[in-house]
Amino acid sequence: MAEIGFTLNGKPVSAAAEDGASLLHLLRGPLALSGPRFGCGAEACGACMVLLDGRPAHACTLPAEAAAGRSVTTVEGLGTPEAPHPLQRAFLAEQAGQCGYCLPGILVSAAALLAANPRPDAAAVKAALEGHLCRCGSHNRIVRAVLRAAAEMAA
Amino acid sequence: MTLPGSLKANPRLSAWFAFPEEGVVLLSPGKVEIGQGILTALAQIAAEELDVSPARIRVKPVVTGESPDEQVTAGSLSVQESGAAVRHAAAEIRAICLSVAAQRSGVPPEAIRIEDGVFLGPAGPVGSYWSVAHPPLLDTDATPGARAKPAAAQRIVGTSLPRTDLPDKIFGRPRFLHDIRLPGMLHARMVRPPAARARLLSLAEGPLPEGARLVRNGAFLAAVAETEFAAERAAERIARRAEWAVEDSLPDAASLAAWLDSAPSEASVTAERGEAPALPEDAPRVAAVFEKPFIAHASIGVCCALARFEAGALEVVSHSQGPYNLRADLALAFGLPPGRVTVRHAEGAGCYGHNGADDVAFEAAVIAREIPGRWVRLQWSRAEELTAGPFSPAMRIAIEAALDERGEIALWRADIAGNGHSSRPGRAKLPVFGAARLLDPPFPPAVAINMPLAAGGGAERNAVPGYRIGALKVVTRRVTEMPIRASALRGLGAIGNVWAIETVLDELAALAGEDPLAFRLKRLEDPRAAAALEKAAAMAGWASRRRAEGVGFGCAVARYKGTGAWCAAVAEILAEAEVRCTRLWLAADIGQAINPDGAMNQLEGGAIQAVSIALKEELRFDRRRIESDSWEAYPILRFSEVPEVEVALMDRAGEPPLGAGEASVGPVVGAIANAIADALGVRLRRMPFTAETIAAAC
Repeated sequence: MAEIGFTLNGKPVSAAAEDGASLLHLLRGPLALSGPRFGCGAEACGACMVLLDGRPAHACTLPAEAAAGRSVTTVEGLGTPEAPHPLQRAFLAEQAGQCGYCLPGILVSAAALLAANPRPDAAAVKAALEGHLCRCGSHNRIVRAVLRAAAEMAA
Repeated sequence: MTLPGSLKANPRLSAWFAFPEEGVVLLSPGKVEIGQGILTALAQIAAEELDVSPARIRVKPVVTGESPDEQVTAGSLSVQESGAAVRHAAAEIRAICLSVAAQRSGVPPEAIRIEDGVFLGPAGPVGSYWSVAHPPLLDTDATPGARAKPAAAQRIVGTSLPRTDLPDKIFGRPRFLHDIRLPGMLHARMVRPPAARARLLSLAEGPLPEGARLVRNGAFLAAVAETEFAAERAAERIARRAEWAVEDSLPDAASLAAWLDSAPSEASVTAERGEAPALPEDAPRVAAVFEKPFIAHASIGVCCALARFEAGALEVVSHSQGPYNLRADLALAFGLPPGRVTVRHAEGAGCYGHNGADDVAFEAAVIAREIPGRWVRLQWSRAEELTAGPFSPAMRIAIEAALDERGEIALWRADIAGNGHSSRPGRAKLPVFGAARLLDPPFPPAVAINMPLAAGGGAERNAVPGYRIGALKVVTRRVTEMPIRASALRGLGAIGNVWAIETVLDELAALAGEDPLAFRLKRLEDPRAAAALEKAAAMAGWASRRRAEGVGFGCAVARYKGTGAWCAAVAEILAEAEVRCTRLWLAADIGQAINPDGAMNQLEGGAIQAVSIALKEELRFDRRRIESDSWEAYPILRFSEVPEVEVALMDRAGEPPLGAGEASVGPVVGAIANAIADALGVRLRRMPFTAETIAAAC
């Protein structure tokens, strides 16, 4: 067990991680988040994606201690129903989802994309989401939603 | 006169609706949310008939013993079965409450209108649902007779209200079963046999991480611990200490069609009509054998369940499609009366058929039985998700068809061989869970059945073409050995059957020297099928479709199950090193759409899943085990590979609503196959349509 301190969604947190546990174990376990999800444990689906110092990272394979002293953002940190992130507003407007299991990871990657490239085209959005799997077939709505958010943020 | 939909079996009005607090309507359907948006559609129907704002409707997740038993949320039937019941029950409750308000106030009922649940007379409010609908009033059975609003009076049904479940999912709030945390809850992981047929020879003793323990029952092995991580580490250790004897038991993946053709089977005649015509020897004829592989559900989320045994009663939280059916098999497996088993539904990740949801619930219960009083949460790994649940079974479809001298389809013979498409719980005398055969004593494995054709069939689903045909005979041979667990996946037999039929139609059109679209339109017996096909063709600009190297267009149409929604598809493909589907146009006739945007989302989702199935998906196995246990080994369609999709709904206001979730799957596979033939001049007889399949066919 090691106590790991870091910034989670803008607030300082500290939690005890079991030796060898991943950041996902820490986030879903002692920190009781729901947004980052287990999908494969092998960086192959993107369901667990979080931002580590603003960059997308697979929480399922990242050792918990790698977060020490750094800033972690999950979908919970993007926005709330009262103050949604433009992406969250756009995903609702486009009804971009069916089961929704993949969405928190996708939203997090899309947020990193828009931070780096505020006016992506559809190809750039698809490239940024290539590592994310969606089984329900919501891809086209998701791409439209990201483009809508980009347009709104630029306006 | 009979009651509509699920009211027949669940006529009590109070089973469906309650008004528990001022301003709130509680709707209790027996269908469950599986990512398809049914909660939103049912809330719309209820709000419409009660004349309340949709925001007032709360939908209660299914709990056995409390919710109506609507069996399984499957077959694209929820709007038909549950929607019809909700509509009728709400309309009757509206009438009952209105008459009570009239009686109490002395205002005649025809002078009362309802505005957002409040009953307004000429002089003002005379009551509301919340002042009138006290429990005994609704403890009465629904009665037949139409009271529901005519389509012209509807304001909420037919509009695209946003999905009520999406905000939680977009803000990452706890909503999925996976997110439930109960006091004292333990975490479990399974340790599975390394082969489909394996015997546990020995299990060495050894230490486990602190607080972790082994649960063993025969060859059923699991690790339980206080945290997920500890359970995972304990399971790894137990796996290393287990010694198994394994045997070959799986068919030869390289010759699935030969296995299906020769395996023991039960034949039945699915359809037979018309006199076999006397055709000349050289009559234009197509004879082909199609092979569809086993396909995985491949949900992005993994199966998960919570279970607790306490005082001889079992409680389970599950993302099963059929909570009552799951309860029935749990009761069988644990020797409990069904009343001692409670199954609560909580949402899981996307569900496209009979996946491992029931299995994981059973496994969690086996573990929980050893630790009475504690909640046990069992979650599958990615490898388990891709290997431990049931699969869509492989199919061998042989078709022979011939044209007469006028170019009419004079003869159609089809022979369909494969396992049944249903291994669902709740239908047999023994539990059907995959791990039930591991217990000591074991339950014998069940062999999948095909549901009766009247219920849509299984392997024979959509096996009878919707075209004018002289003499037709379709035989279904249900293979009675089941080395790989088979059950229902989106479309069931329609995936293979519509592909095969629509391929043969294209080949017949070529023999007749006709355009494939025109050939179909002339022979479609059902005007609504023809209208959908014409619409999709118009959207795609079929008549002026572009011709370019490697580009192909194909069309296909089917009415799902012969009784459900009509869907036509046109596909554009680009054949380079691999085939890509670049564009899809869908036209669907789902009767009246309760929520048009939701229906289009489902149709597009089914279409994209069908592209993935057609181009990429195939269960891989050797003679001992399923090898496709990761996303690398079982790839599905990625963002860069997804086609543009355009969906149109035929305007059918006032027609009975039909489910949209599965209608597009078969037609999209068929349209892609035909587009490949258009581009490359080669007819593919096996799925998936990979470069390897194409090379083998050239």
